Amino acid sequence: MEKFIRKEGLVAPLDRANVDTDAIIPKQFLKSIKRTGFGPNLFDEWRYLDRGEPDADNSGRPLNRDFVLNRQRFIGATVLLARENFGCGSSREHAPWALLQFGIQTIIAPSFADIFYNNSLKNGLLLIKLDAKIVDQLFRETEANEGYRLAIDLEQQSVTTPGGETFKFDIDPHRKHCMLNGLDDIGLTLGHADEIRAFETKHKTAQPWLFA
Amino acid sequence: MAGKTLYDKLWDSHLVRSEADGTALIYIDRHLVHEVTSPQAYEGLKLAGRKVWRTDSVVATADHNTPTRNWDKGLDGITDKVSRLQVETLDKNIKEFKAKVYFPFLDKRQGIVHVIGPENGATLPGMTVVCGDSHTSTHGAFGALAFGIGTSEVEHVLATQCMVMKKYRNMNVAVEGELGLGVTAKDIALAVIGKIGTAGGTGYAIEFTGSAIRGLSMEGRMTLCNMAIEAGARTGMVAVDDKTIEYCKGRMFSPTGALWGQAAAYWRTLVSDPDAKFDAVVTLRAEDIVPQVTWGTSPEMVTTVDGRVPDPAQETNPVKREGYARALQYMDLKPNTPISEIRIDKVFIGACTNSRIEDIRAAAQVVKGRKVADNVKLAMVVPGSGLVKAQAEQEGLDKVFLEAGFEWREPGCSMCLGMNEDQLSPGERCASTSNRNFEGRQGPGGRTHLVSPAMAAAAAVAGHFVDVRELS
Ligand code: SF4
Repeated sequence: MEKFIRKEGLVAPLDRANVDTDAIIPKQFLKSIKRTGFGPNLFDEWRYLDRGEPDADNSGRPLNRDFVLNRQRFIGATVLLARENFGCGSSREHAPWALLQFGIQTIIAPSFADIFYNNSLKNGLLLIKLDAKIVDQLFRETEANEGYRLAIDLEQQSVTTPGGETFKFDIDPHRKHCMLNGLDDIGLTLGHADEIRAFETKHKTAQPWLFA
Repeated sequence: MAGKTLYDKLWDSHLVRSEADGTALIYIDRHLVHEVTSPQAYEGLKLAGRKVWRTDSVVATADHNTPTRNWDKGLDGITDKVSRLQVETLDKNIKEFKAKVYFPFLDKRQGIVHVIGPENGATLPGMTVVCGDSHTSTHGAFGALAFGIGTSEVEHVLATQCMVMKKYRNMNVAVEGELGLGVTAKDIALAVIGKIGTAGGTGYAIEFTGSAIRGLSMEGRMTLCNMAIEAGARTGMVAVDDKTIEYCKGRMFSPTGALWGQAAAYWRTLVSDPDAKFDAVVTLRAEDIVPQVTWGTSPEMVTTVDGRVPDPAQETNPVKREGYARALQYMDLKPNTPISEIRIDKVFIGACTNSRIEDIRAAAQVVKGRKVADNVKLAMVVPGSGLVKAQAEQEGLDKVFLEAGFEWREPGCSMCLGMNEDQLSPGERCASTSNRNFEGRQGPGGRTHLVSPAMAAAAAVAGHFVDVRELS
């Protein structure tokens, strides 16, 4: 997983509460054998006017021009502003995959669903919980200013607006450590590679037939 | 100090490290891989630029999507594009990432992952065994610590050879006495689940003990451990004895020569100490167990073949009452119907629960000289592996089934979950030797009754459920 230290990027406002993982990536895309290629189908039912199918070509599909991520001024956004309980519903890990593969690196909302929160951080997608009033303010500023960008500093745990206003956020120290260093669970376990190797040597002596 | 359970011993001998909160790294000896839960794991490795830690721990096969007919057409016999792609993707991944051995689609040793592991000696006593499939508990029959894992965990084991986990508590399910004629391991499994419920084993590692368990063959022990997950336990196991060691002798990957002696001596220590302490104990008398038939949509909705479909109105627990009523509606059954009056449309003998040679022999014995009843549209036998199929054919069992009107198919998961074209049509009722009777499991709208192979065979010839003990 990619390291997340400091990033700054264009903000897109998704003004809906309780966005569920089925909306983020509809179930027909779970048949895929891949863990990539979900980006074009992120928010499929909202982004397009027709129904998406796995492995289909999405380039010629009719777009819903009103959907925020299709609006010209938000093309290329890497920060998503959202409302309460973002990511509720099924536990599919495809939801953070789709968001990341679309290009979203950070989501700011007043609250997130639990499993989605964990899945996202494990995959390197930073979710920032800010007070509903602050989120409100960010929504207003984003709509009012074309090209509105936010600077996200994970090390400092801060979000800074173009006007220089800074908001602090909380994050579990363990998860922060993993994201800063680009460590996923596998990365963490591999941090104990020497111990695993030492165990393996001992195990091989005790039960050599397992390695024959 | 109290002695150790078998589970304690297996845990301790694979513990790489543990944290203060009990989170541990457990070393994995055998990783069984199949086409459905591995593609994203391999892709994850590729994306992260990681390697497989120990390729010789990986044993792979394609089983869930493979067809049970038209093998002469090769890959073209897989008509569903998505299924075919999964099978081909496994081919590609194993070629790229390597494995100790791969039994691809059409190979003569191909088969259900939980059947091929033991029969090739890829599952051995004392091992930790994982697979991206919940019925991995099957391998616990060898005194191994075996459990199913998810796709992220498959990737984790591929990359690190370890699992991150916390220790379970110990449960002893003791079955003492002697099983009656026609009563099998499947009936023990269903009787246990009927007694403790599908969540009864949650948070526990189950060890099956007692004279009735020691009396079971290795095949029977596998059937029993297979269904530990249906009792809520991620892992189930049976202590090593002479039968275990005898079974392992001479298999493809079993140790030989001096190593064999060393291994067998170690394996004999894989039993719970006499003074070991279990956190929970469940006891059953073998003599009380009679052939079982499920009537509902969860394995705990089970009764005896001489019993009746329950009446939800008699159930005092409101949640259960509601669940019973919903299940009866889905199954299209009336309260108090005698089980033996339930007529069936299809019969499926197969799945990792009951597709080994002993299962096929048991079914053949019932079928021999009889005919499939007129109301049964399809009765099929799907051997668990190419080796099982070949053995059965050598014994002439295929003829017994064919003469009775059964279909004799190629190995695979088949109608256990209907990922290939072997499915129930809406409303069809099936006597099945598989392990799950969930709504739609064998096909949308399909109705599944779980039974032993002998009971499925008996139902096939009678056209309805019947006590196999009365047939013979
Ligand atoms: S036979 Fe059924 S339960 Fe067993 S591995 Fe295949 S699908 Fe799963």
